[in-house]
Amino acid sequence: MYENAREKIAKFINAKDATEIIFVRNTTEAINLVAYSWGLRNLKKGDEVLVSLMEHHSNIVPWELTSKINGFTIKYTKVNNDGTLNYEDFESKFSSKTKIACLSHVSNVSGVINDVKRIAKVAHEHGALMLVDGAQSVPHMPVDVRDLNVDFLAFSGHKMLGPTGIGALYGKKTLLEKMEPFQGGGEMIKEVSYNQKTGRCGIDWNDTPWKFEAGTPNICGSVALMEAIKYLENIDMDEVLKHEKMLTEYAVKTMQRCCTKLVLYGTSDPSLKCGIMPFGIVGLSSHDVALFLDNYGIMIRSGFHCAQPLHQVFKLQSSARASFYIYNTREEIDRFIEVLKEIEQV
Amino acid sequence: MSAVEDYVARIEETCGEEKGVIVTLKYDKKDEALAKIRNKAQLKKSLSGIIFEFVFRGISFRVFSSGKAIFKGINKEALHDILAALLL
Repeated sequence: MYENAREKIAKFINAKDATEIIFVRNTTEAINLVAYSWGLRNLKKGDEVLVSLMEHHSNIVPWELTSKINGFTIKYTKVNNDGTLNYEDFESKFSSKTKIACLSHVSNVSGVINDVKRIAKVAHEHGALMLVDGAQSVPHMPVDVRDLNVDFLAFSGHKMLGPTGIGALYGKKTLLEKMEPFQGGGEMIKEVSYNQKTGRCGIDWNDTPWKFEAGTPNICGSVALMEAIKYLENIDMDEVLKHEKMLTEYAVKTMQRCCTKLVLYGTSDPSLKCGIMPFGIVGLSSHDVALFLDNYGIMIRSGFHCAQPLHQVFKLQSSARASFYIYNTREEIDRFIEVLKEIEQV
Repeated sequence: MSAVEDYVARIEETCGEEKGVIVTLKYDKKDEALAKIRNKAQLKKSLSGIIFEFVFRGISFRVFSSGKAIFKGINKEALHDILAALLL
């Protein structure tokens, strides 16, 4: 069943082969795997890694950590005031020194969808790799790794109706085969043999992807993720995206019409984004807004959403964030806005 | 068991530059705790029976009828003293 789950995930994102799928705990672990396993062995002083300022901390901190070890340079690329990616800036930062470009497919703060295919093409023209944080795209839209031509794609199960503690890293097989393991232990080796002469153990790694999966894997999690994918496939990912865009468009129009103290952050053009809406209410902190909504059983998130640099771009101390998925309805948005109108009276 | 342990389920710091602390009262004791807070702190404002803005020892804070409260500009240690006095 564990291997069936791997195959299901591979087909879901149109990977060439199930062996291009590595099971991890979540997107964060997937990106750390690339930063440590690929990054530590392939990046050196003078090399450059491009990272956008809209990234979740999970796609910033692993690179900062490994940069401290190997001394490579991280170049942060700009985000426009409306939260969209500044493509000109990103593309202008590529050079022969660039070894990898790291970009989220969808911003977890603004919901902006990035044209990762465009950036991947430029990356490859410069001989660089492309890593995509798909935590907010794989659950919400069709994602085809071969069409996008990305080298790595990371995503989590718990954002797509699966359980916590399971996620996946897609990597092109040719790359994964050249990479060394991330963690050591059982399952990830073919053989460990003690050599009496040297007093050391000789180790043969297992094949890809098992060489990256040390220890007893999260079998339950992988099977549950497979079932979540089957459920989403039955709905159809095009329909998932359509539903979210419909809700976003409806929410934006209704909020703009009904709320007077509400400020929407970033672009509110539904054609540019998924169902994620950062907002604020003049005079109130995002945490007050979240606690007020909580009183009515409406859950949103408040704070930095693990993306502090993007909040610096927006010149915000924090933001409230509403997000929609397949189970949300227009009636729920109506209720949400009714409560927002009450909050405006505070 | 101290008054804080008796009534408070969780204390967590908010993220963001506007540092605050969110206090979640134990669900089965929230009404009792809210009554104690109302008796001791000065009510500045309330809205629809949902939000109550109080001041206590110069610290202003908001309490929600769901049993959550948000304190701003205060660290966890100072908050503990305030809560201990409010919930005694």
